[in-house]
Amino acid sequence: MLIKDILSLMNMPILKKIISAALISLSFYFASNANAALEIEISGGSAQQVPVAIVPFAQVANANQENISAIISADLRRSGMFRVLETGGVVNRPSDITQIKYSEWAALQAQAMAVGVVEALPGNRLKVTFQLADVLKQTQLTGMQYNIAPNQLRATAHKIADVIYQKLTGETGIFASRIAYINKSSGRYALRIADADGENPVTMVSSKEPIISPAWSPDGSQIAYVSFEKKKPIIFVQSLSGQRTMLANFKGNNSAPAWAPDASKLAIVLTYGANSQVYTINADGSGLKQVTKSSAIDTEPTWSTDGKWIYFSSDRGGKPQIYKVSSVGGEPQRVTFEGAYNVSPRFSPDGKSLAMIRNDGGKFRVALQDLASGQVQILSEGSQDESPSFAPNGRVLLYATRAGGHGSLAAVSADGRVKQKLNESGGDIREPAWGPLQH
Amino acid sequence: MNKTIWNTKLLSGLALALLLSACKSTPMVEKPAAVVEKSPATQAVAKPADASADTSAVKEISVDGNANNAGNNPLKDPSNILSKRNIYFDFDSDAVKAEFRPMLEAHAKYLVANGTAKVVLQGNTDERGTREYNLSLGQRRSVAVKKALNLLGVQDQQIETVSFGEEKATEACADEACAKTNRRVDIVYGND
Repeated sequence: MLIKDILSLMNMPILKKIISAALISLSFYFASNANAALEIEISGGSAQQVPVAIVPFAQVANANQENISAIISADLRRSGMFRVLETGGVVNRPSDITQIKYSEWAALQAQAMAVGVVEALPGNRLKVTFQLADVLKQTQLTGMQYNIAPNQLRATAHKIADVIYQKLTGETGIFASRIAYINKSSGRYALRIADADGENPVTMVSSKEPIISPAWSPDGSQIAYVSFEKKKPIIFVQSLSGQRTMLANFKGNNSAPAWAPDASKLAIVLTYGANSQVYTINADGSGLKQVTKSSAIDTEPTWSTDGKWIYFSSDRGGKPQIYKVSSVGGEPQRVTFEGAYNVSPRFSPDGKSLAMIRNDGGKFRVALQDLASGQVQILSEGSQDESPSFAPNGRVLLYATRAGGHGSLAAVSADGRVKQKLNESGGDIREPAWGPLQH
Repeated sequence: MNKTIWNTKLLSGLALALLLSACKSTPMVEKPAAVVEKSPATQAVAKPADASADTSAVKEISVDGNANNAGNNPLKDPSNILSKRNIYFDFDSDAVKAEFRPMLEAHAKYLVANGTAKVVLQGNTDERGTREYNLSLGQRRSVAVKKALNLLGVQDQQIETVSFGEEKATEACADEACAKTNRRVDIVYGND
């Protein structure tokens, strides 16, 4: 694998020993698509970014296509793990690995490079061929071919970026995943989903009453959310194809849905005539079971990666802290001890750490606790940050932030080094939820 | 108080309102309720609601009082204490302050005298903190008001406690005077 070669060459593990050097600051905006909704601005980055060249793909097919290499470049750049080299001045632009003059690319300091071609197939189909080369060893690392409909070009670009990311870092890529969030504009609330790069936003449901707490089903086919359309919080489940069912409409509040990892049930919060308590309910609305039994607030349930525990926030000890309880019920145990306000627990996909919102001297920020050592790192810099959500590979956390009365989304790498801001023009955005990988 | 004039109108409105609110909150599984004697009237209107979970047809029903009746309806009479519906709270507190006691006593008296009347207590918070946690804090406030009404003799089944959390907060409150207005419970009658 290339990463090993680079690491041995530089004698410096890129992923493990990142030096906090002067921050490379870069920002760019997506101008390629008229439907673009989220603008993404990045700052920071790994001090040791892998230099990679994405050669513009040869386009044998009709014009008016998405610029596939620009989408791949933007994905890789946004991850903070790569330095995407400028290829504008290069005269020879290979579209196949056999055409690469490696000395030219080595001179640009490229360690890896991608080449490709988009060709027209009969029946309005496209063939996208791509190869990734190791410039130092002058060998092919991987190659893929996709037979797609023209409207899948953007999604294919994300898949190629995922392949490159996986090959060069050894970790799963997330560029082909999607995010959900709530947009509030002109007094209306909309639950939207968009590609991980903010493109292709689609409204799933809109209402003049608030919508909060979107939660993806583990297979990414459905989203549970809380709607106030009936003047009280009620939980709905809606498939991406548009089918909507009411999951929980009990007396009092119905909120904070969280899918079990096996999708069989959800943890929810109900109140009846008292304080919030955690329940589980089957995905079809049957089998309601009370999990926590206290007179305090117990809310914001989230499942451990193995499904055995439900973590939740509670003020049973006075101030809000995070506790865990067996998902079949039992005696809760306290998890957080540091700080006077820790809420919104979220498990990392590898199950090793817990993200949360901590009130850090009056500022609500995203914090990450290593479960083995108990050590906590504050990751965000806002004063009203909330709703942390892990990318499916655990490398990045998406969250909501507010500044100057305006809500936007932000993302931070789990090591705290790469930061991004996502803005939607003309709207207040909040309540992000990163969806699972699309298979 | 001249009860007879408005009571009949109010009752038909309340019956609808009860049906409506019962439909709205028809649970798939209900917690075992405390055994409370129900008046025949309560049972009569509650039963059809229990039998039907379909709310789609119900939501179009308007139970708004006729504006001409406002003078006869103590709930709508601006000079009556029952027109006061907001209880305000201190920061991070669910303690019902003494200044709201006369108002809660008036509402309790009305609810005790009108056994079919129903109220929804809607809790609210300012925007500090996370949305779901604030939803629970708003609920804590509505529960505090419910307990105060219970102590004044109001039955559980006349009260639904819900929360809007910070969702109805005035966004971007610049000062405490503004934030204070967000920390409240609103009393909403079934036919409001």
